[in-house]
Amino acid sequence: MTDVHIVGAGIHPFGRHDDLTGLDQGVFALREALADAAIGWEDVQFAFGGSSAAGNADALLPRLGLTGVQFINVANGCATGGSALLAGYWAIKSGEFDLGVVVGFDKHPRGAFNPEPAAWGLPEWYGETGLMLTTQFFGNKIARYMGLHGITPMTLARVAEKAFENGARTPHSWRKQPVDAATILSAQMVSDPLTKFMFCSPAEGGAALILASERKMRALGLAGPRIRGAAVRSRMEGSFEVFAPSLDIVRGPSPTQIASKAAYEMAGVAPDDIDVAQIQDTESGAEIMHMAENGLCADGAQEAMLRDGETRLGGRLPINTDGGCLACGEPIGASGLRQVYENVQQLRGRAAGRQVETARIGYTQVYGAPGLSAVTILEA
Amino acid sequence: MKPIAEGLFRMTEAGPRLIGGRRKRDGKIVFPLPAGAEAAQFDPVELKDRGTLWSFTVQRFRPKSPPYAGDDDERSFRPFALGYVELPGEVIVETRIETDDFAALRIGQPMALTLQPFGKGGDTVTYAFKPA
Repeated sequence: MTDVHIVGAGIHPFGRHDDLTGLDQGVFALREALADAAIGWEDVQFAFGGSSAAGNADALLPRLGLTGVQFINVANGCATGGSALLAGYWAIKSGEFDLGVVVGFDKHPRGAFNPEPAAWGLPEWYGETGLMLTTQFFGNKIARYMGLHGITPMTLARVAEKAFENGARTPHSWRKQPVDAATILSAQMVSDPLTKFMFCSPAEGGAALILASERKMRALGLAGPRIRGAAVRSRMEGSFEVFAPSLDIVRGPSPTQIASKAAYEMAGVAPDDIDVAQIQDTESGAEIMHMAENGLCADGAQEAMLRDGETRLGGRLPINTDGGCLACGEPIGASGLRQVYENVQQLRGRAAGRQVETARIGYTQVYGAPGLSAVTILEA
Repeated sequence: MKPIAEGLFRMTEAGPRLIGGRRKRDGKIVFPLPAGAEAAQFDPVELKDRGTLWSFTVQRFRPKSPPYAGDDDERSFRPFALGYVELPGEVIVETRIETDDFAALRIGQPMALTLQPFGKGGDTVTYAFKPA
């Protein structure tokens, strides 16, 4: 079976763009990716695309050209981008295709998501009594983790401080203003222990990648990182997910833990081999917990790692080098592909202003409701 | 006094009890008792009214309506604590927490079931846990 490489990458800056639709931003990202690989839309054999709130991804086709290409819409919650990439990976790995694209875009209304109990199979009282907010889930999950593993609020603040610091160095980020840890810590509390600067916001953006078999890549005279591992996993019994009126006393692994393990095994690498990582940081606590769930540190070690700047640019293991969701916002359909885009730039030595020197192995993990996680491991 | 939903809790001589469901195939306990087609897989079970605090947070702003149906508004809304209480040997339930002293909440502290007025009319009640 062939290896699969990422030979082109494009992105529409994340943030708020009042004069553009989500689709416009997807078209922009895809055209940039095609130009990056110096191929035409007519060369593309397949596409997997996703958007959560900005219409059918398939609506890209009239804008790019009705070539009859195999286009499949992907919808997998916050892991839509990661799932599209996995589908593209297998399409080439199987030998059926040797050149294709994966694309994601989105545009969400401002403010917190507004869920309906019935749409989640939950009784009305759950929403009526004020228990159905995603922000509460994040507060509950990190509060318990902090209690068990000795993580302090200052560490949460340091995660956000790092995100805004990195965002200020990144062309495609939304938040470009550094905010110091003291300001983050004393800002308005949203859901304890998380303040408003510790949460990402729904946003807009688009990202696209061009995938090729090794043979096709060489034939076209291209180069790009190899996908060494890719896995999507959903929740098991005993995992703690959003909108859960009850939990099992016997705790189970998280979807991130099992997706991570599968990707490491597939890639034949260990956490120690990772040079740069982009992991889901819906809020500061998520980055802390996902560091451990992805095997990048032991539970509780985050306290010292953040204090010593180990995950900052220039540290031992830079995490969320483009500012992550905290500085880029979270357009659901595009968010997972943004992480991979960032690692592609890092591994090609093109992350000007935030480059991790000699980065060879890059790790991404996107997690989302209702409890799934997608992991990708790239090698330069 | 009117429960916010049928089948959520019941009054006993010893006070209120939440109603969970015991899954027939493996005995796993869930809360609330599933309704509709899924209900056939579960037997109703009265849950313990005492447990320990598993985790907690504080809702600092008024949730969006719908679905939130509190009888407050943006100005009269008062932050409330909520979290999870572990009922030993049964299940961990999500709940509003009755306290004004948010800073005193600690994981592992004893908690007891109570009822509290909620929503329109004043006679509707929902369940909550309070430090015991």
